[in-house]
Amino acid sequence: MKPVAFDYVRPASVAEACGLLAADDGARVIAGGQTLIPLLAMRLARPTRLVDIARIPDLAFIREDTDGVTIGAVTRQCVAERDPVVAAKLPLLAKALPWVGHPPTRHRGTIGGSIANGDPAAEIALIAVTLGATITVQHVSGTSELSADAFYLGPMITALPEGAIVTRIRFPAWTKGRIGTGFQEVGARRSDFALVASAAQVALDATGGCTALTIGIGGAGDSPVRLDAIADALAGSRLDDAEVQEAVAAAVADLETVEDLHASAAYRKRVAATLARRAILEARDAAAGAPHAR
Amino acid sequence: MRVELQVNGRTAEVDVEPRSTLLDCLRDTLGFTGAHAGCEHGVCGACTILVDGEPARSCLILAVQADGHRLTTIEGLSPGPGELSVLQDAFCETHGLQCGYCTPGMILAAHALLARNLEPTRADIVEAISGNLCRCTGYAQIVEAIALAAERLRSANLRSGEA
Repeated sequence: MKPVAFDYVRPASVAEACGLLAADDGARVIAGGQTLIPLLAMRLARPTRLVDIARIPDLAFIREDTDGVTIGAVTRQCVAERDPVVAAKLPLLAKALPWVGHPPTRHRGTIGGSIANGDPAAEIALIAVTLGATITVQHVSGTSELSADAFYLGPMITALPEGAIVTRIRFPAWTKGRIGTGFQEVGARRSDFALVASAAQVALDATGGCTALTIGIGGAGDSPVRLDAIADALAGSRLDDAEVQEAVAAAVADLETVEDLHASAAYRKRVAATLARRAILEARDAAAGAPHAR
Repeated sequence: MRVELQVNGRTAEVDVEPRSTLLDCLRDTLGFTGAHAGCEHGVCGACTILVDGEPARSCLILAVQADGHRLTTIEGLSPGPGELSVLQDAFCETHGLQCGYCTPGMILAAHALLARNLEPTRADIVEAISGNLCRCTGYAQIVEAIALAAERLRSANLRSGEA
């Protein structure tokens, strides 16, 4: 459990970090290190150099605009978890964060690190896909923006270009109607990786009609997915239990799920349908009791 | 690489290889062997210390990353030579330890909880130690110890975080 020898640099800016990554194919970014350091310990990762971006000052922030919240990549998960802006504007992210690892890993792990890592079971990536977040990446030749949907290509495989760094993630905030959220997860224990997780956000009008709905599933397949078919089927409905169950069953029938030593593909599919239904109903009930968004 | 570590209120300047974990540096270079090496890849929590007052796994931090941070190990909790903190005392009293291997990590995780919440629910306590494995499975007494310490600290004339 001792890593291979490597160099360590702490660049002062993102531009300098990009230059260091471009100059050395074996260089890797480190921020919180809560995923990378175990890989180093087991020598599954053998970088020549680690580029530590954790102290770059303009990468740690939480900023709101009129209809979204942008989180700097090296913002620690515990900071987002306790942040009043996140709680008020991104209630779905706030609800999911306590499920990420456990307190000691959330104290070091970063929002951008989890986004960039692309673990299929990661809660933060699930919320990014569910809400339709935009991921900004920087490389030596400039910056680009990627939608979370297009970012996740497979297990630990993302569209992050070689030598690029995730710098910030903008999550859309809903501003209309009564908003409720639901988050459901099944794992061996609370702090373990999700076998399946589901996140839902719902907006209701004054009479209880659904004006907006988004629902995502993580852990079940190779990447987190948003099930827009469910949102389409339930648009304008009152989200009755039976309607929700029917829409979820139809959409989950086509969901590709994976098998591993923890759970079969069939089990994951069954749990995905149950959790998606529960997440939507949790969000509906929360929205029904929620005040109108300002 | 030279780094400055502030451990238990004292500053130590050490020369470390970048690949050295904070755990190895604390144990082998600085002699704080109360930080226990268990799995060394972030699963067991035996190496838990406080970084700027918050629990973190010292095996998942490189020593070079800890440069300038305020670190607390189990050796830093005792109020004086030969004395135990209220929380440590509660662990003894409720038999909150058997083999003792997980104990420093458990106590530091619980210490951080009690520093910000002197009225923890059972769920708060369980969540706070959810990253720490006890293979003697003495969890019931550990939870009891933390609840007892919380009760004593509530009725003691101490500011939060002082014990």
